[in-house]
Amino acid sequence: MSADIFNTRLDARKRAGMISHGLFMAATIVGIVALTALLYTVIVQSFGLVAVENRVDPATLAVNGVPLEELSKEQLIAILQANLSAGVIRRYESEQPFAERTRENVYALVLERVVQPRIVESWSLSDSLLRRAAIQAETAAKHPNAKLVFRSWLRPDFITKPQASVPDLAGVRTAILGSLWTILITLVVAFPIGVGAAIYLEEYARDTWLTRAIQTNITNLAGVPSIIYGMLGLAIFVRMLEPLTSGTLFGAADPTTANGRTILSAGLTLALLILPLLIINSQEAIRAVPRSLRQAAYGLGATQWQTIWHHVLPSALPGILTGNILAVSRAIGETAPLVVIGASTFIVIDPNGPFSKFTTLPIQIYQWTARPQPEFRHIAAAAIVVLLVMLLSLNAAAVLLRNRYTRRW
Amino acid sequence: MQGDTTIIKSGWMKQRVGAALDDQLGLHRKRRPTESLIQAFLFFCGVVSVFTTLGIVFVLGREAMLFFIHPEVTLVEFLTSTKWQPAIGDFGIWPLVTATFMTSVIAVGVALPIGLAVAVYLSEYASPRARGILKPILEVLAGVPTVVYGYFALTFMTPLLRSIFGENVVEIYNTASAGLVIGILILPLVSSMSEDALSAVPRSLREAAYGLGATRLETALKVVVPAALSGITAAFIVAVSRAFGETMIVAIAAGAGPNFTLNPFKAAETMTGHIVRISGGDLSYDSLDYDSLFAIGLVLFLITLALNLLSQQIVRRFREVYE
Repeated sequence: MSADIFNTRLDARKRAGMISHGLFMAATIVGIVALTALLYTVIVQSFGLVAVENRVDPATLAVNGVPLEELSKEQLIAILQANLSAGVIRRYESEQPFAERTRENVYALVLERVVQPRIVESWSLSDSLLRRAAIQAETAAKHPNAKLVFRSWLRPDFITKPQASVPDLAGVRTAILGSLWTILITLVVAFPIGVGAAIYLEEYARDTWLTRAIQTNITNLAGVPSIIYGMLGLAIFVRMLEPLTSGTLFGAADPTTANGRTILSAGLTLALLILPLLIINSQEAIRAVPRSLRQAAYGLGATQWQTIWHHVLPSALPGILTGNILAVSRAIGETAPLVVIGASTFIVIDPNGPFSKFTTLPIQIYQWTARPQPEFRHIAAAAIVVLLVMLLSLNAAAVLLRNRYTRRW
Repeated sequence: MQGDTTIIKSGWMKQRVGAALDDQLGLHRKRRPTESLIQAFLFFCGVVSVFTTLGIVFVLGREAMLFFIHPEVTLVEFLTSTKWQPAIGDFGIWPLVTATFMTSVIAVGVALPIGLAVAVYLSEYASPRARGILKPILEVLAGVPTVVYGYFALTFMTPLLRSIFGENVVEIYNTASAGLVIGILILPLVSSMSEDALSAVPRSLREAAYGLGATRLETALKVVVPAALSGITAAFIVAVSRAFGETMIVAIAAGAGPNFTLNPFKAAETMTGHIVRISGGDLSYDSLDYDSLFAIGLVLFLITLALNLLSQQIVRRFREVYE
């Protein structure tokens, strides 16, 4: 009797196995689809058609038949003087005298202040490719004076230009510099402390309640939401230590800032944030160095520190560096704590030291994303591409380092 | 010696035994004066993390206390009222908590089944080659900054939801979109932690099941997953805690303004979203608004801390140890 039952059930069991195999695979594909959709969204928004309308037609600015692009610097200055108020001219003069400006600079001014090209509407890459005819008809009907051009929002200008209020002219230069400065501070603070703590816990600490408390504490800190670190930074670095973080203590305060919302505060906050991760990663790297290596060093009469400095650390270094790079790439992408400690919303001047006001690339992305106008959506996408490229190259470096230098014991 | 056997339990503790052995042999007794200095510095580094925790507790506790001793605020109102309108003196945390719960429940609802299925697939079904391709992809997903996910939620997920359910039903800012994207964000966390737990189950258990005629599915679901349950549960709890604390996605996509609702297609502000929005504006120190943020932060900190401790406890308590 049982053979029949067994056989019929066997088919059902096999079928269940097949179906579930498919389901498990489908679940895995969900992850890939999500990643693809994410990249697709960003890329599609970074390029596309735009309808540009000029306030003043460049053709009317031609002098004696010479088109605007070929005019000399003097002629361009004349155009500026004819079209702008004396006050504005004086302001530009005081920023940098016209005599010292290059022709390209003056030409850019003419475009920005006189021609004033304005993007009246923009489309994503997918729309631009698939609905081109419809877009052309729409533009002709809605903006008869506008010209339809294909635009890559991600272009060299975008990286080298500072932030601006018009999406067309905005760039991420100040944001990138802000990110780099912040990360520099984070690294300078977090690296020695993180590696030091890892050495202490792995090499020196005895198994006491204190050691165990420190270890548990580090694990728990790694799970604290990043925004809580922002609140800690706001209360401690921005407010309590304001004389230190604003630089007034060293007489180095930036006159435009003169409060604690500086690159230094941001860097210190991020340092605390990545410290647990950094310690855990470094501990793992140090732990992977075999005990025999240490005993050999002791056997030759080395002191404990000599053993650590000359033998344990060099062997653990690739692992420590890899862990550090991963922690740093987390810090680069971090946004919430920096918003909380008070990142500036609008900076056009490059940060020039730890006491400057700051903005970072992720914050720039956040602010642009939060704007309702679609043009900001495009530059946010372009900024995301820049950020992802930065992170990707860091991670690639980490992987290379790991593959190249990791020793197997 | 009884002490030693308890020490050996965790991987980290194993090293302690080696260090203890070195100690007994007096291998690093020889010490120079500068070395004590170095050791003191290293100890200081180790203690920095403790100060961080103390700092968090002190800062959140102090400002939250300032908030509660304010005449306009009572603890009872804070914990029971369903209105959060600082402008007219209403400080009830519930609208923020329900929004946080909603995004987290949606996120975990997505990440939990999919993440576990991915983990089972990677550890039980996939060939080494497939695993070599799939795992890095999931790692990339885990490395994408959350602000990018926020952008993704607003420009991809929300329009998608609106085209499926109708523009009248789904608001531009809504908790469903934010929750789904948080689910994608924590998916790699769930899958990689669960996979670690599954891989730690010894081969012999699987082979015993196959030997009794079990199919691959039966082995996976009735033998391997139960054996790894403590690790999987811990992964889920960590994922929940992560979803609770997630900030940028909800700040961008979930909406601005507290809203006491259980409709996932309506805008609502979570605890983290509220903190970011208020502190991102012009906030004057020592105002009631400023202090109220720290009260919310304290609640958030306590919830996530409790979840993390719970997850560690589960791993420690219920872990099946195989030799």
